[in-house]
Amino acid sequence: MVDLLFFGLFATVAVLCAINVVVQKHPISSALSLVGVMASLAVLYLLLGGEFIAMAQIIVYAGAVMVLFIFVIMLLNAGIEVRRGRSWMATIFGAPALLGLLGVLACLLVRWFPDSPVIKFGDFTGGTAKEVGMALFTDYLLPFEVTSVLILIAILGAVVLARKELD
Amino acid sequence: MEFLIATSIKLGLIAFVLLTALAYIQWVERKVIAHVQVRMGPSRVGPHGLLQPLADVIKLITKEGVLPPHVNKVFYLAAPILAVFMALITISVIPFGTSITVMGHTTMMELADVNVGILVILAVSSMGVYGIALAGWSSNNKYSLLGGLRSSAQMISYELPMSLAIAAPLLSAGSLSLRSITNSQAGFSLGVIPHWAIFAFPAPQIFSFIIFMIAAFAETNRIPFDLPEAENELVAGFHVEYSSMSFAAFFMAEYANMVTVCCVATLLFLGGWHPLWPSAYGSDFLAPLIFAGSGAICIYHGINYVRPFDRITLPVFGVIFLGLAGIFLIPQLVPILMPLFWFLAKMSFLLFVFIWIRATLPRFRYDQLMSFAWKFLFPVALVNLLVTGFLVALVS
Repeated sequence: MVDLLFFGLFATVAVLCAINVVVQKHPISSALSLVGVMASLAVLYLLLGGEFIAMAQIIVYAGAVMVLFIFVIMLLNAGIEVRRGRSWMATIFGAPALLGLLGVLACLLVRWFPDSPVIKFGDFTGGTAKEVGMALFTDYLLPFEVTSVLILIAILGAVVLARKELD
Repeated sequence: MEFLIATSIKLGLIAFVLLTALAYIQWVERKVIAHVQVRMGPSRVGPHGLLQPLADVIKLITKEGVLPPHVNKVFYLAAPILAVFMALITISVIPFGTSITVMGHTTMMELADVNVGILVILAVSSMGVYGIALAGWSSNNKYSLLGGLRSSAQMISYELPMSLAIAAPLLSAGSLSLRSITNSQAGFSLGVIPHWAIFAFPAPQIFSFIIFMIAAFAETNRIPFDLPEAENELVAGFHVEYSSMSFAAFFMAEYANMVTVCCVATLLFLGGWHPLWPSAYGSDFLAPLIFAGSGAICIYHGINYVRPFDRITLPVFGVIFLGLAGIFLIPQLVPILMPLFWFLAKMSFLLFVFIWIRATLPRFRYDQLMSFAWKFLFPVALVNLLVTGFLVALVS
């Protein structure tokens, strides 16, 4: 019962923050709402038993990535976004289309996975740092290394783009 | 129910001790810096200025809180709360000593033994930068903005060597829980050398410790890395526009962060509450000896007084110190008090180092700060982690 309460609370916070990211006019407000989404996601991971992932989520996303976002926004001194008028198509069909899409998704989920078990918080115990590390370096070693190389390429690309031209 | 009661009592106790200590660290800092500079320091309010923190708190509370018209109100008001909240919350996962048994109930000397404790501290302290960055930005003042920008860049840069320095002792401890990391440092090799991480076989973590402390100075915005509030170029940096309690909140957050990093350094590198030498050689008598010595010195100087009021105040302190020495001699209390004493002694020494360095070193230049982090500290931390990993793998 407490589980459901906490899940409901933090899922609602996550969704509200996510909506707020789009609705807010100022980039800093949007970025901070995104921090809210990350933090609520971390709490959901924690409730599911993935304590290492939860902490990694906060350290990496909320503590490093979003700080860089805010740093850039502050450095460029981005002002309030000017809202342009929406097209008549978006005004009329926007909300019904979104509802329809969500309905179709829910319908398909129920159709495809009719008897999937309900997850209870606390059932999963493989979320410690040791288990995550073992999984990463045995079963998922190849995807892990490939991802590392991918990130390395991205870093190299950033260095090449940011390097001063030598003449 | 028992858990709830025990936790509430511990919560109240820790909150009270921490908040009082935060006020008095500032008194100690002013006194130490004054004595380094051959001054007296605060000496008017109460005996030896001991009531100065109380006076400061009353002054800060009763001052008018000015809300400048040009600020972004929501973020301006939220920033100090965020900063102080993130700074104070980390103390909840720090263990101060072994277990304590009161009337048949045994409880650990900490609020929560999280088994990813060190990650919780890293996560929460990395969120702390939002307080400073938002304060700098929302004040709508160019000095504040520069301070906020500097602080976020500096904290991101120094978080890397700090995390790498923390990872090295974790390799030999094999755990992320602060209590088991500390317990892995119990015992003595050759009978006398403690198993603290900085002396540990096969990979002494002395370099990790130094890297961690350097990064900690930058993370807490202390001299020589206090660029976000460099007075001579930025007036006061990110908190130019703040006054009254919101200014005090930033002040408190800085000192709370200092306490936290000193606790973490003690637990990770200096063996937490484990003594420097075995109790078989009398390490349990160090505390009574120190207190009795302080008491004797106080009474001696009270009798041969220089200033008239010393005749009253110093003997009072002397009696208090002698009483403390007596408490440490009660055999039933020794297993509870001695770990606490060792932990607090190591932590206070590190805090003293923070103050000592503030009184000694000048401030870095901003480009020096950045190139020091990226071109020296980060590679050294990386090599240190590699060597540690290699040595640990070789032995196990």
